[in-house]
Parts: sequence; structure tokens; C-alpha cells
Amino acid sequence: MANLAIVGQSVYRTDANPKVTGRALHVGNIEMPGMLHVAVLRSPYPHARIRHIDKSRAEALAGVAVVLTGAEIAKMPAVDAHFGPAFRDQPILAVEKVCYAGDPVVAVAAVDKRLAEDALQLVEVDYEPLPAVFDVLEAVTPESALVHEQHRPAKAFADLAHVQAGRQSNICYHFKLRTGDVERAFAEADRVFEDTFSSPAAQHVPMEPHVTLVYLDEHERLNVWTASQSPSYVRTELSATFGIPMNRIRVRVPYLGGGYGAKLYAKLEPLVTILALITKKPVRYALTREEEFLTITKHKVVTRIQTAIKDGTVTARKCEVYWDTGAYAEIGPRIGHKSGYTSAGPYRIPNVCIDSYCVYTNRVPAGAFRGFGVPQVIWAYDSQTDMIARAIGADPVEFRLKPALDEGEPFATGTIVRSFGIKEAIREAAQAIEWSKPRAAPSGTKSRGKGIAAGVKAVLTPSISGAIVILNADGTANVLSSTVEMGQGSETTMGQIVAEELGISLEQVHIVQPDTDATPYDTITAGSRSTYHMGNAARSAAAKIKAELCEVVAARLEVAADDLVAGKGRIFVRGMEERGMTVGEIFLAKFGSLGTTLAAEAVCQPAASHMDPETGQSEKCTEYWFPSATAAEVEVDTETGQVKVLQLVSVGDTGTSINPRHCEQQLLGAALTHLGLTLFEEMVFDEGQLVNGSLLDYQIASFKDMPESVRPIVVQVPHEDGPFGAKGAGETGALTVAPAIANAIEDAVGVRICDLPITAEKILRALTDKEGTAVSIGSTTS
Amino acid sequence: MKREITLRVNNKDEVIVIDDADTLLEVLRDRLKLWSVRESCGVGACGSCTVLLDGRPASSCFLLAARTTGHDIVTLEGLGDGAELHYIQEAFVSQRALQCAYCTPGFILSVKALLDETPEPSDEEIREYLAGNLCRCAGYADILRAVRVAQDKKKSLAFKE
Ligand code: FES
Ligand code: FES
Repeated sequence: MANLAIVGQSVYRTDANPKVTGRALHVGNIEMPGMLHVAVLRSPYPHARIRHIDKSRAEALAGVAVVLTGAEIAKMPAVDAHFGPAFRDQPILAVEKVCYAGDPVVAVAAVDKRLAEDALQLVEVDYEPLPAVFDVLEAVTPESALVHEQHRPAKAFADLAHVQAGRQSNICYHFKLRTGDVERAFAEADRVFEDTFSSPAAQHVPMEPHVTLVYLDEHERLNVWTASQSPSYVRTELSATFGIPMNRIRVRVPYLGGGYGAKLYAKLEPLVTILALITKKPVRYALTREEEFLTITKHKVVTRIQTAIKDGTVTARKCEVYWDTGAYAEIGPRIGHKSGYTSAGPYRIPNVCIDSYCVYTNRVPAGAFRGFGVPQVIWAYDSQTDMIARAIGADPVEFRLKPALDEGEPFATGTIVRSFGIKEAIREAAQAIEWSKPRAAPSGTKSRGKGIAAGVKAVLTPSISGAIVILNADGTANVLSSTVEMGQGSETTMGQIVAEELGISLEQVHIVQPDTDATPYDTITAGSRSTYHMGNAARSAAAKIKAELCEVVAARLEVAADDLVAGKGRIFVRGMEERGMTVGEIFLAKFGSLGTTLAAEAVCQPAASHMDPETGQSEKCTEYWFPSATAAEVEVDTETGQVKVLQLVSVGDTGTSINPRHCEQQLLGAALTHLGLTLFEEMVFDEGQLVNGSLLDYQIASFKDMPESVRPIVVQVPHEDGPFGAKGAGETGALTVAPAIANAIEDAVGVRICDLPITAEKILRALTDKEGTAVSIGSTTS
Repeated sequence: MKREITLRVNNKDEVIVIDDADTLLEVLRDRLKLWSVRESCGVGACGSCTVLLDGRPASSCFLLAARTTGHDIVTLEGLGDGAELHYIQEAFVSQRALQCAYCTPGFILSVKALLDETPEPSDEEIREYLAGNLCRCAGYADILRAVRVAQDKKKSLAFKE
């Protein structure tokens, strides 16, 4: 792009100083006089009726302000006892029954945390255990125990307007896609491949656990400081739950200590709000790590996938995807929908049938996790693509490249793809890992192999971002945006975009942190949507201001406004820098004084077109796509099953990079996190009880898990409507890691693992089976 | 039981009344308001609450405050002169070794201890030494580079002296 001053430059983070000194504000550092602390009693049963709660002894404890139960909340006239973004199915505290082991049952607010915990010890709850269901495939059978007797849609988001009320089933959402004649294609196929893949529940493990502080100010307005990725939504949800007008709720979010999807929608806010309303005191609830594990997870997913091959190409694909959304739907339906429609892959497949089911079980609720469910579906379709290539003797890279969609072709939904660098991504990945070079011979018990994986995610559409830019008389600007800085570098990105548009320096732009009293609505900070949506909104708002400035200068200098450009804090005639005016001069000319500001608002609101509920066909299902490819080289020890990842290359099409280094950082961070999810992360449950819910027992990727060679490669296929051509980068690196590793393992030792995580034990078992039977593992062919 | 103790924190003696059960983390945060010290796992497994105890990294969530009297405690607030960034902090900025930065204070202190103990560590030694600090943003490659830059700076400073 021509003549950009700061967009496209890898400038340093604008939030580096407060972060590197430890002074960055987090919710946990905010204290209020008289603040109360919360402890929550959680259900020991995965499914049980609450017969009776005796809290009298806890209430009698000095220093305890309130001991609250769900039954009491349910009796409060103006309060909705349930909340949730897709269905209002999650109680603030359990009402009548508990739906998972860990479900909040009783809350105490007391003068200190230890006292609150002591008080919980004095509460007695009498439960009557109910039949429970823990397995997603069992939960869809008619004999299964029912988690909820009925489903109540929430109507909070436009893209979820179609979720329906339901009864007598654990399936709370079913997405369907039908195109072509699948049955016929299977009947005419040369070969049919049928496989089942699974990936387990996992936890986000943001280093900062959830924390929320609520107090009533001097106007009795509700003030909420919360570690959240969705401040606007939190306000909407609190307003709906408590019947409080929106302008009497103020939600603020300072720096977030990581989110990765865990901190979306409402989490602690409804509970802390009700405690603050009852006690009239500031109340803070900070989750312990153990509670964090019981709050939200990544969906466990089981995918059955069938693929028809004719003359060496894929002619049809059938996918059945089962999302274990746990006890409360949370955002599961959105994930089942958005990820569901991509589950046949970024390929030209004429006949596709997809059924994606979001299913309740009596386990910890599942929600968004970096990648929004797409890593789980790519795990299935890319693994199988690789298996098929090897089975029919095709080169795995060519086998992906040939049917990969080109610009202008329809996706399985019928939507024409644009800015779709999937082929570029695959080629870059293959080249980076020297795919075509012959593999090294095994040495001793160690064999090496390489793997490539590819896939694509679609951005959540429709969604909304609003921004206000305020230009001050000294040429500095404030940007009001509800995008949350959670490590992705959004403050720097938005700063670069606004600085570019107004022709000022990055230091002259201040990004105001989310504060619903001032910053306009934003759907969520998630799904790799902020650079595009908020970036576009901020850029358009800045452009409006620039236009006003240009109008003044054009009149003064008697030139056409079109001939004016912004740069170095001035508006001047293109090519003649000396013929122009500073912002201060323009303000004087326009207002006759410097004591004023120029403000403009803009909204970015890409629409999606109607999606047929029976066929999943839509002229436009998404605003843009994130093509991703990963290449890996592994060394497998056939004696121990141990996998050593030697190389990991993460390739993503992010559109034009606003800050290339930060895009690389996003790709690599997501990839390394998902390397841990691929090799060892798993929440282990026994009869609905979480067995490894602490960082002593649940391992995440550490320094030791980083491969010796890691490399991010940013592919930049500009998007015509993105701000300066940008799309986004937060999740792309997460999408294709797991299959790349599995594919490399098969390349190395000839065994196929279909269930994540890929542990040494599973590999060893597969190796032993292979020796015993001498046939290939995994695919059943007919 | 309540008792009065003296803690040596960031080169200053702090006299505080504590409960026997108080962890060092609780005292540093809740009493001394040293917010750079962060709780994350609470079980000594993540390094977010790292402080230097006589120059060595220690998980403050896993230490009873009463046991740390007589020791020299340093938090990130006590690194450098307070006016300018310490060279390790500078290296973290220049190598972009921070994203959400919740883990950053712990990492910086661990890197300080590492370089004091082993001025020229191998890659293997760095990985080993920093394995107790977790970063969920997974900026490990950037942190590794920051260690190298800090190491060079430390060497050049020592050379000047
Ligand atoms: S909080 Fe202390 S080591 Fe994790
Ligand atoms: S920078 Fe986010 S946890 Fe390390």
C-alpha cells in the first residue's frame, strides 16, 4: 500500500511500560473501602435435586454480610434467576437442582476471604442425586437423563436469533448443511473413508483467573470492574437480569491477564452484582485456579466423518459433529453453528452433508476457546484428509492444494470466498519445512516425520463495533473503544490505524479503555474480529474528522479538499508539505479558539445474509476468512512412544498486517498453546467429577515444550474492506496444529492417532497394535 | 495466631502484624500493596507470584510470611532504581516478550536470578531455569530472545565497571 507512515510498521507496544514494570491495572488491584470478599459453595454432585439448605450457622458468624441461595434469588420479583448468551439456562446460584459437579450453590460475602470460606463450612445442603449423563454420544440418545427440562432462548445476539426453545432433549442446537447429492456420490465412489475423531475438554488457563468487583456509587448506580472480554454484553446481560436501565450500569475493563475465550459473556458478574445490591457494599470475587477449572472449558468434540473418493478426488463428505457443551449452553450454539458450517474444510467438494449438534451433559460448561471450535473440526477433517492421501498414494500437500478453494469459488455454504490465501498458506508451510526433501533414515529407535495441515475459520458475522475519535486542539487524539486489551496488542493496532488516518504520531493517540459510560457498543473482543471491525470503526471515525479538517483548510488555502492529505500533525496539499495548516491553526480558523474538540463516531456492522435452516446455504455467511496451515517435523521414539517436536511452522493469512511482528507473535503464541493441547492437555473426569482441576495436575505448555525451531509466517492477502486491507490474527495459529502433529507422527512411524491428546501411551499402544496386526490403523475402507 | 514480624522487602524493613497462616503473597499484595506480585495457581506451579528470596526465585504463594523474616525479599517494584527501566525490563520491551503480561513480573525476576547465577547460560539452561514460569500467551520464543539481549547488556555493563 502506497505511502503509509505507520500502518505496516512493527512499532513497539504502547502498553509495554506499565506491563513491564508490573504497574498495569488489573481488576485484582482495585480495592474499595469496606469491600467484601466472596466464597462459593459448589455442588459435589453432577446432577442432583436440592432438598434443603441450612445456612443459619454461617449467617451467625461475625463478619459475614450475606449468605445467599438460588432459591432466594428465584423469589426476588425483579430479578431473572438465570442468564446466558444463547439460552437463559444458567442460574446465578443453583435453583432447585444442580447440573454439574462444581455448580455454584451458596455464596457468602464477608469482610475477608478466609472468613467467607470458613462460613461455607457451616452451610449444610441436603441433595437428592439424580441420574446424570457424562458422554456426549449417550446424551443424544432417547434413553439419556435430561440435563434441562426446557430451553429458553436469550435473544441477546443477532446471529443467535434463530435458536429455538426446545424440550425433552439434550440437543439444544442442531445446525444442518446440505449441498449436492451426497447419497449418490457415496454410491458412485471408488472408495469411502469413515473415521471418528475426538478432542477432549480443556481449560483456557488465563494466568489471571476471573475476577469481578461491583459497587454502587453515590447515585446508587451499578459500577462493575470486571476481567471480561465483552464489557458491552455484560452491561446488556446485567440490565436484562436485574431490570436496571442501561445508563445506570457502568462496566469497566482494565488490562486483562489473558482471556482466550474464557472471559466472554457473563461469568461472575450476575452473582457479584446481586451480592452488592443486597449488602450495599463493594463486593469482589476472585476465582481460585481450582474454581477457574469449574467455570468454563473448551468443548469436548466427537466428529464422525465420511468421505467419498472418485478418481482420486474427494466427491462427497458427510460430517456429524457433537459438541459437549456441558451443563449450560453458554455460547455452544454459536460455536456449533459457525464452526459447524466449516467442518467439511476449505475444499471444492460438490456434495456435502453436515449435522452439528450442541449437546448438554452434566459436565462443566463449555464455551469459546481460542479458535471458537474450529480447531476441533479441523482436527477431524484435516487428519482424515491426510489419511486418505496416504491411503490412495497421493502426495498430502498436492492432495490439499488441488481441491483448495480459489478466490471467487463457493464455500460449502454457497458463499463466494474472497481474500482466501489457503493455497499460499499451504505452499509456504510446505516450503518452510522442506516438504519435498527425502526423510532422514531412522536412527536406532527414533524415526522422524513431517506433517502439514490446513484449514480455515470464518469470522463471526454479523457483529458490531462502534468507535468514537476525539481530536484535541493540540493535535492529540483520544479513541473511545470497547475493545479489551488482553495481550493481543489491540491498543497498539488501533493507535496505528488512527494515527495513520489523522496523520499524527502513535504517541499522540490515546486509547481509552472500555467503559460503557463512554465507549460505544462492541460485540466481543474475540474471534479475531477486533482489527477488522474496531479498526474499521476507528478509521472511519478518524476519517470523518479528517474530512472536517480538510474542509477548513480547503477553504482557507483555496484548494480542493481532495488534494489535501494528513501527515506530521498537519493537513497539507499533496506533494507540497509547506502549503498546509496544523491542527491548532485549523481549530483557530474553525472555532476561533483552541479550547475545543472535534469528535466523530463510526460503526462497523458487517451483515450476513439469511442462512437456510435446512441446507445451511447463504449468499454471505461471513465477512472474511482466516486460512491457516501448520507444518511440523517430529521425532518419535518407537520404544517409548515419546514425541519430540523438532520444528513447528505456523502460517496464517491475516490480511495486510497493521503490525507484522505482532501478527507473527499471535500466530506463534496460538500455535505453541495448541501444541500443549495437542500433546497433553485434557480435563479428566470420573463420573462427572473433575480429577485434575489444579495446575499441579493439569499441565500447560512451558518453556520446555517449545520446539527448538519455531517459525511464524504471515501470508498477507489483503481484504478489500479491511482497514488498510487487514483482517485479524488472534486465532489463526491455533487452527491447524493438532492435525499437523498427528500427520507428522504417521509420516514418522506409520500409526494414526484419532483421539487428542496424542500421548506417548497412545502412540505406544498404536505401535504395538500395528506390529501385531500389520495393517494400517485408523481408517476403515470399503 | 497473630504476631508482629519484620520483613525486609525491597531494601526496606516492614513491620507488620500477620496471621500465622498468611502466605508471603497475601502479605505482599494485601498489606504492602505490591501489585506486581500476582496470584494465579496458588500452589507453587506457575511462577506468577515469583519474588526473589535472597536472590533466588521463590513462589510467594507457597511460602508462609512468618518463615521469611530475616531474608531479603525483592519484588519487581524493587528492581532497578525506579527511575529508569532495568535492562532486563528493556530487553522484554525490545524483544516484545510480553502480551497480556500477567506472567511478566515473575519472568523478569526469574531471569534476573538466572543471569546472576549463570551469566552465560545455554539455551538448555534457560529453558530449564524458566520452566517454572508459565506464560499462557506462550511468548516463550520472545522471552528467550529477551534473555539473550539482557545477558549481553549485563556483560557490557560489567565490562564498563
Ligand atoms: S501463584 Fe504462586 S506459583 Fe502460581
Ligand atoms: S504474556 Fe500473557 S501469560 Fe505471559
